[in-house]
Amino acid sequence: MNTIILRTVAPPITALMLVFSVFVLLRGHNEPGGGFIGGLIAASALAIYGIAYGVAAVRRAIYFHPMALAGFGLLLATVSGFLSVFVNVPFMTGLWIYPSLFGVEVPLATVISFDVGVYFVVVGAIASIALALEERESD
Amino acid sequence: MAAPTTAPIDLSAALVMAPTPLADWLVIAPMGLMIGLGAILVMVRHRLHLHGWIAIPGLVALVLLDAMLLWRVAQHGPFTMTAGRWLPPFGISFTADLLGALMALVSALVALAAGIYALRDIDSTGRRYGFFPLLMMLMAGVTGAFLTGDIFNLYVWFEILLISSFGLLILGSERQQIDGALKYAILNLMATTLFLISVGYLYAIFGTLNMADIARQADAHSGTAPLVTLSALFILAFAMKAAAFPVNFWLPASYHTPRVVVAALFGGLLTKVGVYALMRVMVMLFPLQREELSFVIAVSAALTMVVGALGALGQNDLRRMAGFAVIAGIGNVMAGVAIGGTAGVGGAILYALHSIIAMTALYLLVGEAARIGGSWSLQTLGGIYRQAPWITAAAFVIFLATAGLPPFSGLWPKIVLLKAALDIGAWWLSAAILISAFLLTIALGRVFLLAFWRPRPAEMAVAAPSSPEAWQRTAPLAGLVALLFFFGLFPEIPVSLSQGAAASLADPTAYIQSVFPTGGAE
Repeated sequence: MNTIILRTVAPPITALMLVFSVFVLLRGHNEPGGGFIGGLIAASALAIYGIAYGVAAVRRAIYFHPMALAGFGLLLATVSGFLSVFVNVPFMTGLWIYPSLFGVEVPLATVISFDVGVYFVVVGAIASIALALEERESD
Repeated sequence: MAAPTTAPIDLSAALVMAPTPLADWLVIAPMGLMIGLGAILVMVRHRLHLHGWIAIPGLVALVLLDAMLLWRVAQHGPFTMTAGRWLPPFGISFTADLLGALMALVSALVALAAGIYALRDIDSTGRRYGFFPLLMMLMAGVTGAFLTGDIFNLYVWFEILLISSFGLLILGSERQQIDGALKYAILNLMATTLFLISVGYLYAIFGTLNMADIARQADAHSGTAPLVTLSALFILAFAMKAAAFPVNFWLPASYHTPRVVVAALFGGLLTKVGVYALMRVMVMLFPLQREELSFVIAVSAALTMVVGALGALGQNDLRRMAGFAVIAGIGNVMAGVAIGGTAGVGGAILYALHSIIAMTALYLLVGEAARIGGSWSLQTLGGIYRQAPWITAAAFVIFLATAGLPPFSGLWPKIVLLKAALDIGAWWLSAAILISAFLLTIALGRVFLLAFWRPRPAEMAVAAPSSPEAWQRTAPLAGLVALLFFFGLFPEIPVSLSQGAAASLADPTAYIQSVFPTGGAE
């Protein structure tokens, strides 16, 4: 789609949606949100960018193949589940650490890394479908 | 939200407090390994030369893990790990018992054989489509289905293996494959949906999805809840998965379209996951309802056997013939489930284990025969004996094992099943087993005679094999044949293991004990 309006607003909208997707991902730990919905938002951002500037631009921008992103997410989620082998608790038990960054205590958990994994799986899978569909259209 | 400074709370009401021994991880490690490797393979999807180097050691590791799992279960009985430390039935349990561990080990062996065969059989296009990642995910689904202790989780593993199998089925995206995959996909999705509906129904009755929890409550509900209806739904869903009569038509309509190695995996594994689920649900969870519905299962089993054998007799295409042979085998397993008791279910388990190996071997063999002879059709094949005497010898073993003739592994489960059927007076069921075996012998003998033994038809030019012989093709076939040989000559170990598995399925006290060590919350 080659309208000047879309081409003008697409970059800020894409950037905004990507930031928002990370916000939703992190917020999801205590409130509605999470990796799945965050991933969907990020994938829609990539799709909008693709509609405005073409699929090649998106593929250049994300550098990795979307399927590789999905694979990375799956690996991250699996590893998060298996970390609990080191503290003698069952599979997928949430483990917490509380590092202090600039005087602020930041709780981090395998739950979060699992959710980040889900985020990547969803971004990768949906973006790869969306890009394939957009590519077919432009033929 | 956990905070570093919380007032002491009694966590033992909700969490597993005992430290988890390292050995308990065996029940989850096979799936973790397969999913992790699948993820890595997806990440390196375009570096085709790496695929084999990652996948084959991974499958070897899977075999070792499953062997350790079986050894531990055989030594110490079933054991459980519940995800997230939550007490069952709220946490999702993975429970390994003898049946699950046996099926997982044999499936892993078959997957290793198929993986090695695929090194030659799957070209770079197939690899780029993602054969090896899909194989890893398929094995994660199959192994997960065998080891899970939660019936909804069983549904999830079914979905995982189903989605991977869709990918494998259309590897290459040929028109014929899409046609086969459509039939396969629609019928399997219907079966899975039916399974999901049954699970929802079950949850409405029991309020729990943990299999051990259901098993210990089934007696209390059998008078009041419509458990026979529920069981009938489960039987229909799993029979569709297993390709039992009268819902068997999707199998021969789709299994001849994919690559040979994919068909070998499907013929060996997928239908067996269906019969495994049937055994788990009907024998362990609803034994009284199985008793009531046993006549229905028996009729379906007898018809499945005979229809499968007749179908095999009527086919000229080698791959379709193999598809009907798979169906005939499913009939035998169902017969064991219908007979019930340790003998019947033990025979069914033994047959399922034998069938996993034999059917994979049969498909691989058929693929070899077609590669050497240059055709899938019995009309144009011939003279393979002259070109490839060793393949012919392997064919002889595999055909005898499939038909259930001595001295190979197909004989023993049939003897166990026959004896069990005669013991309960079901003469017609034993007759069906014998007739099916007889017809299958004729069908396979016909293939041997036409494709291997007779001289090549004169009008057919000797087609050079499309690719030369390679150890990646012969070694898996030889390994599977060796297994068929070994279990035929030394049946004591598999027979006693399968009888033990059937006994623990019929009396799941140890299974329940492993999930609820202290009796658990009522």
